[in-house]
Formats: sequence, C-alpha cells, structure tokens
Amino acid sequence: MGYERQKDFGTPESRSTEQVTLTIDGRDVTVPAGTSVMRAASESGGKIPKLCATDNMKSFGSCRLCLVEIEGAKGTPASCTTPVAPGMVVHTQTPRLEKLRKGVMELYISDHPLDCLTCSANNDCELQEEAANVGLRDVRFGYDGDNHLALATDHSNPYFDFDPSKCIVCSRCVRACDEVQGTFALTIDGRGFASMVSAGQDEDNFLSSECVSCGACVQACPTATLREKSVKAIGLPERAVVTTCAYCGVGCTFRAEMRGEQLVRMMPWKDGKANRGHSCVKGRFAYGYANHKDRILNPMIRESIDQPWREVSWEEALSHTASKLKAIKAEHGPAALGGITSSRCTNEETYLVQKLVRAVFGTNNVDTCARVCHSPTGYGLKTTFGTSAGTQDFDSVMDADVMMVIGANPTDAHPVFASRMKRRLRQGAKLIVIDPRRIDLVRSAHIEAAHHLPLQPGTNVAVLTSLAHVIVTEGLANEDFIRARCDWDEYQDWARFVSDEKHSPEFLEAVTRVPAEDVRKAARLYATGGNGAIYYGLGVTEHSQGSSAVIAIANLAMCTGNIGRPGVGVNPLRGQNNVQGSCDMGSFPHELPGYRHIHDHEVRALFEKDWGVALDPEPGLRINNMLDAACDGTFKAVYIQGEDILQSDPNTKHVSAGLEAMELVIVHDLFLNETANYAHVFLPGSTFLEKDGTFTNAERRIQPVRQVMEPANGYADWEVTQLLANALDAGWSYTHPSEIIDEIARLTPSFSGLNWDKLLEVGSVQWPINEAHPEGSPVMHVEGFVRGKGKFVVTEYVPTDEKTGPRYPLLLTTGRILSQYNVGAQTRRTANVMWHEEDLLEMHPADAENRGLKTGDWARLASRTGETTLRTLVTDRVAPGVVYTTFHHPSTQANVVTTDFSDWATNCPEYKVTAVQVMPSNGPSEWQEEYTELSERSRRIDPAMEPAE
Amino acid sequence: MSSTIETLRRMAGDIARNFEAMGHDQAVLATADHIYQFWDPRMKAMIFADDHSKLIPIARDAIEHLAEKGHPGSQTRATKWNDVDGVGRSDAG
Ligand code: SF4
Ligand code: SF4
Ligand code: SF4
Ligand code: FES
Repeated sequence: MGYERQKDFGTPESRSTEQVTLTIDGRDVTVPAGTSVMRAASESGGKIPKLCATDNMKSFGSCRLCLVEIEGAKGTPASCTTPVAPGMVVHTQTPRLEKLRKGVMELYISDHPLDCLTCSANNDCELQEEAANVGLRDVRFGYDGDNHLALATDHSNPYFDFDPSKCIVCSRCVRACDEVQGTFALTIDGRGFASMVSAGQDEDNFLSSECVSCGACVQACPTATLREKSVKAIGLPERAVVTTCAYCGVGCTFRAEMRGEQLVRMMPWKDGKANRGHSCVKGRFAYGYANHKDRILNPMIRESIDQPWREVSWEEALSHTASKLKAIKAEHGPAALGGITSSRCTNEETYLVQKLVRAVFGTNNVDTCARVCHSPTGYGLKTTFGTSAGTQDFDSVMDADVMMVIGANPTDAHPVFASRMKRRLRQGAKLIVIDPRRIDLVRSAHIEAAHHLPLQPGTNVAVLTSLAHVIVTEGLANEDFIRARCDWDEYQDWARFVSDEKHSPEFLEAVTRVPAEDVRKAARLYATGGNGAIYYGLGVTEHSQGSSAVIAIANLAMCTGNIGRPGVGVNPLRGQNNVQGSCDMGSFPHELPGYRHIHDHEVRALFEKDWGVALDPEPGLRINNMLDAACDGTFKAVYIQGEDILQSDPNTKHVSAGLEAMELVIVHDLFLNETANYAHVFLPGSTFLEKDGTFTNAERRIQPVRQVMEPANGYADWEVTQLLANALDAGWSYTHPSEIIDEIARLTPSFSGLNWDKLLEVGSVQWPINEAHPEGSPVMHVEGFVRGKGKFVVTEYVPTDEKTGPRYPLLLTTGRILSQYNVGAQTRRTANVMWHEEDLLEMHPADAENRGLKTGDWARLASRTGETTLRTLVTDRVAPGVVYTTFHHPSTQANVVTTDFSDWATNCPEYKVTAVQVMPSNGPSEWQEEYTELSERSRRIDPAMEPAE
Repeated sequence: MSSTIETLRRMAGDIARNFEAMGHDQAVLATADHIYQFWDPRMKAMIFADDHSKLIPIARDAIEHLAEKGHPGSQTRATKWNDVDGVGRSDAG
C-alpha cells in the first residue's frame, strides 16, 4: 500500500436528514442540508483549493483561497463558509477565480521560506500542494519584503517542533486546540502582519504552557510549522496501517505510518469510531518503549530468585518450564497451578491463556488484572441489567443533556473521550461531578460543573442512595419506564428502602460531608434535566462497597428511565485498553468466555467437546486468594502474562510473600517488571505493533490490532502461549489469531457473528454481534434488558473497616495522570516522564501546615500496612483530611501502604481508601531502600551468557 | 499480614453484611449462594472446618447451610445469574 494522506472534506459532516440538490461545475450533487459548498464539491469528487478549512473543525473563512462563483450571487464567496441551497449553481474554476487565488497564494508564499527541498514536510504540505494547484509560478512582489523568516523554532516539546517562520496564520492549530481537544492552549497574538500563533503567555513555550501534547494542532497544521520530530528524523512515511492504541480503554484507532519497518508516526484515524480522529499524548507519541533498550528479547531462566538470570533458547526455556509444571502438577495436583491474563494483550491472547489454564493445566485458577479495577462493574451490571458491560457508545455523549461523572477523572485517564465530553458541555449540557478531588473537569476553560459533590472517600454508596432518596421521595422517578421495563415488586422494595429517612442527604451529611442541599439539587438535575448519562471509573469500583456502588448507579439510571437510547446509560470508563475484552474472554475463575458460569454443565459440555478435555466444574482462585494459597503451600506455580502484580496489586508485602512462596513464577512481559524480581522463568513479550489481534474498548467495540513489524523477541504473545501449551502436549495448531476468533465466535453467542475479515472490512464492531444484531450493538437494552426485567437491588451502605483514628487521621486515595499509564512500565520509558518524573503526595494546605510540610518536601506516608516516602504537593484540589497520590513509579511503591480490604462481592481491592498518617521525612524509607537493592540484585543477567556484542 | 483463614472470615463477613438489608433468612441464602458461586473448593473446605463462632450470625448460618445442606439454589437477590428469557444461559448478549 502506498502512502496517502487521509481524505479531508474541508468542513464537518452535517447531521441533518433533509437533502438538498445543487449543481457544481455542471454536475448534480445531493447532500444533507447544512453541508458547505466546499464539502459538497469534495464529496462529489471535486476539489476546491483551501488552506484554513479542515473537516474536524468549524469553518473559519480566513484564507480566501476557496472562493467560488455562484450564479445570481454577488462576488466570490468562500465555499467553506457558504452552505448549500436547493437549485444553487456553483462554478469552482473560472479565469476570475484562478486570478484571485493566485494573488492570495502569492501573498502567502512571499512570506514563506522557500526551502521546500530540505523541509520535513516536502511532499506532505498543503501549502506546497495548493500553490501547485492554483498554478503559482512566480511571486511578483519578490521575497525581500517584511517577513517572519528569522523567527526561532520552539523545540521544547519532546515530540513536536514549532517553527513560526513557516506559519501562515490559518488558525487551524488554535481551533484544533479549542474545538477538538478543548484545552484552549493556543492563541493568535497581535493583528495583521504581526499576528502569530503562541502557546500561553509571552514567556511560555509549548512545554511550559497549558498544552497537553495531544497532537491535534500538529495534525491540523497544513505546513511544516507544527511537525512531529520523528518525521524530521526518519522521513516521510511510505505506507499506513490502521491499528488500535494499546494504552487506555478509549481505544483510539491510529494509522501506524511506516517507513520500511520503522514507525514514523501514529496518526489518529479519522474514521475511527471511538476517537473520531483525535488522540492523546500516550497513543499519539509515547510508543518509544517498543524498542527501548530495557526490553528483554531472549527467554531467561534461573533456579531461584537470588540467582542471576541466564539467557537460554526458546526451546530450552519452554521445555524447562513445561517439565517443572508437569512435576508440580504430578506432585500437588492441577489446583496448584494457575495463570493471570492481561488486559493489555489481545482478546485472542487472553482467550488462549485462560484456555491453557482450564484445558491444559486442568484448573480454573485463572484471573486477570481486571480483578483490581472493574470486577465490580461485571458483577453489578450483570446483576441489574444482565450484562457485564457499559450500555452506550461514545458518540452517545453528544446527545446527553446531563452528565454525571462519578469517581473518574476523564481528562487524565480517558483524555480523548474527555474531549468529546467537553465539546458537549460547551454546547450546553450540564455536569455533575461526584469525586473527593476537584478534578479538572469541575472547572476548566469554558466549562463549570453545575454541582461538585466532594464526598469523603469511601462514601459513594451513601451519596448514591441519598440521590435515589431525593428522586423517589420528591416524586421524580419515571414510573412508566419502571413498570414497563423493570420488576415492579423489586422496585417497590427498593423505593421503600431508599425512602427511609436514614438515607436522606440531611441524615447522611455527617458521613459523606456533602451539603445536603447540593445532593438534592444534583438529584433533581439528573432526574429532570433531559437525557442523563452516568460515567464512572475506578473511584467507584475500588472500594469495599465497589459492587454496591455499581448497583446503586444502575438503580439510579433505571429509576429515571435513563437506559436504552442514545444520550443516556451507565458507562464504566475502563482503565486499560482491553479490560472489557479480557473479561469477555473468560478471564475470571468462575466464568467461561461470555460470562457463563463454570457450574453450568451445558456450557461446560460445549467447551469440553470443542477442546476435547474434561473441565473442572468448580470455580478457581482469584489473584489475592492465589497468593494466600501460595503462602499456605497449596498453590505452587503461576503463568503471568503482561501484568505486574507486584506493583499494581494492593499490599505489596503480601504479594511478594505469595510470589516468594511459589516454586515456579513465569513472567511473560516486555520488561523485567517488578513481579519478575520474584520470577524463575522470563518469556519475552511482543508489543501491539508486532502482532495481529483485537482489543475491545469501554464501549464494547472490538477493533483490529495489526502487525506492522516483526516481533523483536521472535514470537507474538499468542504464539508463546501456544508453544507453552504444546510443550505440555496440548497439540494446538493455530496459525493466525483469526482462527482463535473463529473459535471464540463458535463457542460464544454474543460473538457468533464475528470474524477477522468482517472486522477488517467494517473497521470495528460493538458486541453483541450475532444473528439478532448482525451489525453489532451501539446501545444496549433498547427494547428490554438483557436479563429480561431490570432488577432493582437494595444497596446497604456498609462502611469500610478501614477507619481513620488518632494514629492514622488522614484518608489516602489514589489515581493516575495523563502522561503516565498504570504502573508506568511503558510510559516511564518514553519522553512522557518530562511531565511526571515522580509520584507526588497531594495534600490540603491546612493539613500540610499542621505538619510543617511545604511543596517539594519529603513526606513519610504510613498506614497500618506499611510506609513509603514521597514528595509533597500542597493544593486545595483535595479536601482537608484527604491526601492523594498516583502509582506510576516503582520507587514510590504506593501499594506498600494500601490494605487487604476489598470489595465484598468481587475482592476488587480498596485502593481508594487507606487511613494514613503523613510526617516530614529526610528521604526514602527502609522498605524502599531494601526493595531497590533487591530489584537491582534480581535484575542481574549473567554476563557470561550475554551474547557477544 | 492476616492469615488465610482470617481473610476468609473477613470475606464471608463482608458478603453477609452487604446482604443484611434483606433480612436474616434471605441474607443467609444469598450469602451461601454467593460463596458457592465464587469460592474455590479449598477456600470452602477451610471455612467449613473453621470455628464458626467467630463469624457474624448471617455468615455463620450461611456457611453451615452450605456445609450441611449444600447450595441453596440461585437466589433472586443479587446473585441470580441471568437465564435471560428464552435465550437460556445467555452470555451477556
Ligand atoms: S502553526 Fe500551522 S496550523 Fe497554526 S496557524 Fe500556523 S500554519 Fe496554521
Ligand atoms: S498539542 Fe494539543 S493541547 Fe497542545 S497546543 Fe496542540 S492541540 Fe493544544
Ligand atoms: S485516549 Fe487512550 S486510547 Fe486514545 S490515544 Fe490516549 S491512551 Fe490511547
Ligand atoms: S479554506 Fe475557505 S477561507 Fe480558507
């Protein structure tokens, strides 16, 4: 495939259903009303020269290159700002237009460096292209008038440069930042000839400005003014392959633009239905980890964790691992083995790992990192609606009138979706934020939340129930919807429960610390403000009442009828790229793929027949129970694919004790992660650029992941799992992930219509995809709930056992930030560290003053479980009594302090609430020092075995 | 660090407390059902063999129900896994 830029129709698509017919250059053209003349011409195969227009933002009409003649109209209107009209007769190319356009172009070029041959945008520059299109051959005013050619380039951003000498002041960058990204970082300073693009204040550069490095302006720039550094370094791409971002649950699709086997840049794909052509700094730029020097490319083994690693061949690694596994199984039985699937790997890889555990190991001891994030979503939504997934597509937010964001920080964790939310909020939708912290969404450029309920961490269920109390007792429930769609008796039980005075906002204020009047207003707004959509994140699930909170959210949506159409719904914002998929693929110890319980003999029989083995009918162990069983000596070996449980799971000391007690820990990853400090076998993994497969994002959208380069380690991850299975005599023979998809489709009704070719053809599809939904399902529960009647469930507020007291008077809550991703294994190995070098402890000024702490001071953070140290950031973003940190850096080890408490139903850990004390400190804690030493020791690779340079 | 049996007691207690609003008898069945659905055999065996006097009453009765009478059947409250009308054992779709 050759390289072509993505098509640009000049102005956005019109959503009108009314059609208009006009004539353009003698051709009859029919388009939706509201379409611009420019777009109509472009859609019908014509091309009007343009510079300031591009189709993901409103037209601006500044460059005057797109002039046309319209019969009966005066002058030469700009086609980008002129809407079509019935019977309009348009001419796009006339001698008069030619002359005008040449004149415009001449002005631009006279102030533009003529270094096209050596410019990084040569052959990829709209200015150059349009100059040729309008037939410009000479510049009559010469090149020595006033110009901007001497302006210096701003190299501050690690990923792109800004060279103002090439700027034509088309404002596309400014508008991209405003309209697409919603950050408003750029302005045009000055007027007329003096006008210039600038990031922030005079003294700012791109790095120090408000810019979040999303890349939208770079993508929008028609010249080489804003340009990826990688294009300058490598050269223009020769081909492009559409693939899916491997970072977060938004699931942005990109064109991986390649030159040979080198990735030149990731360009957001305009036809991507999750991102609609937008991106964030991680997916767009932070892919450098893929060939970072720390990446391990050869398998390694060692007898015990105090030995250095020994590099071995794949054959040796696999036969060694298989014989160990066989010996352990023979001695201790299959229940001593287990596996952990990864939400970062593809559906096909995850499916194979659970198949390996169930069919080859012979046990259901398989779990996944979703255990520690969204397992309560699975439980809660399945209980109430009948399906373990969000109800909407992302587009749905554009029809929302009221958004309720609970325990989520979309601008940092789901940035591309946050940009869509912000766009809708700027159009006038109302916002309710329920979060202990004043997240950015509460107040940002042109956005102000109608209500921010800064609740005490751990009181979600109390706040949600009090919202329900207001809705029911003030008569705001949608009884018609409830009678038609839900179980009426269960509703009445629930309504009685929430109506009790002890669930009123006034009564609960003492617990939640949210002013009752604010709760009442927010409840009224959600119930009566039109389409109400709930978006929630880990601030809901990672609590001892996580499942109850999810159920309480579902109850709210049902009792207000906010389910089953665009603009409403219950939407979990998933953390990692394939959390939804890894759960769908049967990664939980009690469920086969498609959320079907392992007790169900008919379902088991289906898999037993296909796989040719008998399955254990009993649920297996969850991660935390595996670790307990390891300490008890009944769990001996684990295969961990693409997950760093030592860093990501709570109570690090418990995790390390469990791992240390095992005989065989197999880590299959890109890097020697923290868990690998306790491993005996290391199998090198492949990146998302090195394999085919699929990811499923937070909207249940299954999207293709494409191989654009050979796996540097030799094998894609699904191949490694297959090799391991075959070393255990499984006899698998998959030759491509498409065959794994066929197996999934064959065995799982909600995927029965899925196959690889179809996916490549349509780009993406939202499950269920089967006979009933041949094109997939953007919105769920349209006619009825998947489970039949919607189920109201009483949600008792059971406070966590983790309590503050005189020794631990503060509550710690955790989260993440934009530029880093989870345990940071990837993002820490990119230039993104420029934005976040270390984890900081956010603390309210009053609490900081009491302890004599200032921003930048080292603080000792101690809980009943453990202690660590990190630097302080004093801010009123957090309420008094609450402290906050991220968990991106292993040296901080925030999980040394988190506890064993977990969600009552799913054991999702309670990361969001830990009682702590904070004191000034001089530096790293004893544990941090010991741990640094251990990890240095444990990462030794026997030099004798290193291949000669 | 708590021992496995302490963890199991806490887990059983957490489940029971969250079903408490249903009233004792219903909560006992729901708790028993939940443990049946989600716990691995060694966890069940361990808590069956434990001294149940340390548990809150709902958890205690649930464990005893499960140990003596077996699975109480799927409970309509919160642990009913979807036999969607007609589709039978549907997976979520
Ligand atoms: S930087 Fe690029 S997009 Fe922005 S005004 Fe200049 S030429 Fe236009
Ligand atoms: S990179 Fe994104 S945030 Fe930064 S200036 Fe450009 S559009 Fe704005
Ligand atoms: S929003 Fe998420 S999926 Fe999209 S580019 Fe950023 S990290 Fe990737
Ligand atoms: S493209 Fe229409 S005025 Fe610039």
